[in-house]
Amino acid sequence: MPHKIYDKVAGNGLISRRYLLSIGATGIGAVASSTVLGADAGINFEIPSWSRTPGPGASAYGAPSRHTQHFQRTHGAPNATYPGGGSSRSPLQHLQGSITPNSLHFERHHAGIPDIDPSGHHLVINGLVRQPLVFNYEDLLKYEMISRVYFLECAGNSGALLRGGNEDGTAQSLHGLVSCAEWTGIPLSALLDEAGVLPEAKWLAAVGADAASMGRSIPIDKAIDDVIIALFQNGEPVMPGQGFPMRLFVPGWEGNISVKWLTQIKLTREAAQFRDETSKYSDTLHDRSSYQFTFPMGTKSLITSPSGQMSLDRPGIYQVTGVAWSGSGSIRRVEVSADGGQTWADAAIQGLQLDKALTRFTIPWAWDGGSAVLQSRAIDSLGNVQPTRDAILAERGNISTYHNHCIQSWSVNSFGEVSNVYV
Amino acid sequence: MYKEVVIIFFAICVALSTLVVNSQERVRLGTPITEADLEGFDLIAEPSGTGFPPGGGTARQGKEVYDINCAVCHGADGEGTSGNTIIVGGDMQSEGPPLRTVGSYWPYASTVFDFIRRAMPATAPKSLTNEQAYQVTAYVLFMNEIIGEDTELNADTLIAIEMPNANGFIDRSHIHSN
Ligand code: HEC
Repeated sequence: MPHKIYDKVAGNGLISRRYLLSIGATGIGAVASSTVLGADAGINFEIPSWSRTPGPGASAYGAPSRHTQHFQRTHGAPNATYPGGGSSRSPLQHLQGSITPNSLHFERHHAGIPDIDPSGHHLVINGLVRQPLVFNYEDLLKYEMISRVYFLECAGNSGALLRGGNEDGTAQSLHGLVSCAEWTGIPLSALLDEAGVLPEAKWLAAVGADAASMGRSIPIDKAIDDVIIALFQNGEPVMPGQGFPMRLFVPGWEGNISVKWLTQIKLTREAAQFRDETSKYSDTLHDRSSYQFTFPMGTKSLITSPSGQMSLDRPGIYQVTGVAWSGSGSIRRVEVSADGGQTWADAAIQGLQLDKALTRFTIPWAWDGGSAVLQSRAIDSLGNVQPTRDAILAERGNISTYHNHCIQSWSVNSFGEVSNVYV
Repeated sequence: MYKEVVIIFFAICVALSTLVVNSQERVRLGTPITEADLEGFDLIAEPSGTGFPPGGGTARQGKEVYDINCAVCHGADGEGTSGNTIIVGGDMQSEGPPLRTVGSYWPYASTVFDFIRRAMPATAPKSLTNEQAYQVTAYVLFMNEIIGEDTELNADTLIAIEMPNANGFIDRSHIHSN
């Protein structure tokens, strides 16, 4: 039994990643590869057709392989009573690394995606400023810009978990309203400085140029701290579904506040009390009082593989992997459990470990063919620990399901089938 | 001689530093405008009363606007045609999970006008005149039993309305990081 040589770090098969690293590639290969020999397995080593015929040449804008067409967002059907409204979810269970490809970044629209000609788009700054100003797109491209990798998460992400049910949920259907990209743009503080913010301005109201004229209020100190007017996403112009020609990007805070298709910033004394900060994105508690302006997204993680609706084909070693993030800082540690939270082991951080960005974690796990419950728990740079579902339900109940950052549990049964469970 | 060299040296330093400062000076390409230019563009209507257009209207006048422009999605009496189109009813103190609507949940009446003027009707936002927006806002508030059928709704009367759940919110806007 090869299992005996593993350095077990937590119950039900979690293995020391250090041990695996120390035995090197051949060691892992010997453990992980099938015992069936190539010839017996019927592997065909004839030169394949694609090695005999030249393929098509270079193209203007790339497209993914036709063999990876399952990398797709999921979205609802068009709804005549909600024109253009709704969301699409990132295929988290397939993605790797920390950066979400632009075409797979989640979306949430309140009145569809406007087709904006940048030459006809204005960015106005008015209200409590010394000099109201209007900027055009071409001119904004001349400003000094900064680039930052940040996650974006809809406040409604993972809300279904608090409601219960969803045994057939996937990482995508339950948690797909989070993505991560490199955003490049102009610090909002530079443009505010140009207009001259008056001392009595304590908030700003940001409005989009979509049909809903979606608006959100932001406290002035956050606005001048790290908010960006993003013009580029992973190096190319922000996609229309993300706010072309420009969006506000408010790092770490609930997604809706990063107003897309940004067309107006108005400096005000008080919050404007827009619909999407009163009626929506507020959370009613047990006692029927409601939290308003819950801005930073919680410390959170999620195992993306193995995850809901996947199946493990045979006992052996699997790389448990997932993403972690915090709206308040960077990810310091991610712990993984294979026994429903009784014992935990530290996962390895696989790549980028940036402030307010998705952080990929991984840990090897020897599945023995029995039942298991896989969980991950994030701890951020401020020491915030991701809570259990029971803790969230005890604190606020489930009248509202925004801002849920509880631990996700995936059960694995003896057939290797993975599904969402509540433990 | 030594003194002169030092002075010249300092002069060069000063010249260089202003050069550096100049080269770091920010691009400033915003075009000055006036608030008057933004009439019709800036549609933000705040609880303080800032941003409300002149004019007004009553629920009695707003019924027709509602029947023509809104009822198809929000139902004849605001009861909705789907989960997110219910705009009348509810009670925050109900036994089961409360139905949260304009009437039962919203803290400010200004938001009703602000939202309707900019985002409704969902098929043709910003197609209502300011008069119609006041009238239909009055009608939505009337259906929620917040104002009377003939109450004149305008910038002043609108912001004076005390919504039933006005004190139901806990402001967490000071929390910028956990
Ligand atoms: C085509 C369907 C449609 C029409 C017509 C329509 N609405 Fe709406 N309305 C919606 C949808 C959908 C929402 C929810 C939007 C969202 O959640 O982004 C909504 C939201 C609202 C809300 C906010 C509800 C809440 O609790 O947040 C109000 C108030 C409202 N509509 C009023 C009106 C009025 C007044 C009219 C007529 C002038 C109107 N609507 C016409 C579909 C419609």
